Amino acid sequence: MAIEVRIPTILRSYTGGAKVVDGTGDTLADLLTDLDSRHGGLRGRLITDAGTLHRFVNVYVNDEDVRFLGALDAKLSDGDSVTILPAVAGGAFGFAAAAAISSHGAAAAAISSHGAAAAAISSHGAAVAAR
Amino acid sequence: MHVLSIDRSIIDAIVAHARRDHPDEACGVVAGPVGSDTPTRHIPMDNAARSMTFYEFDSMEHLRVWREMDDRDEEPVVIYHSHTATEAYPSRTDVSFAGEPGAHYLLVSTREPDAEEIRSFRIVDGVVAEEPVRVVEAGVDPHAVQSYMFGQSPATVDYECSGR
Repeated sequence: MAIEVRIPTILRSYTGGAKVVDGTGDTLADLLTDLDSRHGGLRGRLITDAGTLHRFVNVYVNDEDVRFLGALDAKLSDGDSVTILPAVAGGAFGFAAAAAISSHGAAAAAISSHGAAAAAISSHGAAVAAR
Repeated sequence: MHVLSIDRSIIDAIVAHARRDHPDEACGVVAGPVGSDTPTRHIPMDNAARSMTFYEFDSMEHLRVWREMDDRDEEPVVIYHSHTATEAYPSRTDVSFAGEPGAHYLLVSTREPDAEEIRSFRIVDGVVAEEPVRVVEAGVDPHAVQSYMFGQSPATVDYECSGR
């Protein structure tokens, strides 16, 4: 038996248009490595260069947000269902403006992690399949 | 060219939501049957960021609502949010995060206390394309419409006297 993974529209260019794919792994990290072996590039859209889950990608195991289950260390079992959803977020405050006025380290780090997630989400837009 | 056709009662509900949450940004979805390009079910969402300059769906509510749409063979036809001190035009942040290439991104500006600016956009591959908003007066006459073209603010519309 395998783990069912639900793929959002914007990432279906990596799965040949498939809405649901199967994978295996004892943890979320293992599952993403397994998926990347057949759907090259998918993992890179979900994980930062620092090796953590992107702040603005939501991943769920069954009904739980993986952030509450150990993130990439979340344990998986056969028959689990994993859902990936890009966060729906935005707002009036531009990142450039935020970076310009932020002098606090924490704020700057938060903003740069937003930026990295945003870049990851938008930089592969060309591959997005038309619906 | 794309057009967003949307019922007056849904626009009124979105504006009411934006006014209620002002000065924080409000956000939500209008679902519709898959492939129909017709928004029919208004779903106001919590702004988990509770911010005047940022919005983010709560992750658990997001999952629940997206599953519900799946079960009903619906998709997010409209994704809306408000800007509370600036114009109803997608910010760089909005463009960066736009993750639903099939959706109409509807923006409402509540910066003026007694007039709303309502504009709609497609955001695909980082490219913003504005589209007209065609408000359908279903309660009056299904063929009577009022169109908002390219940033024209509906300042002359009296939401209190729409005849419903």
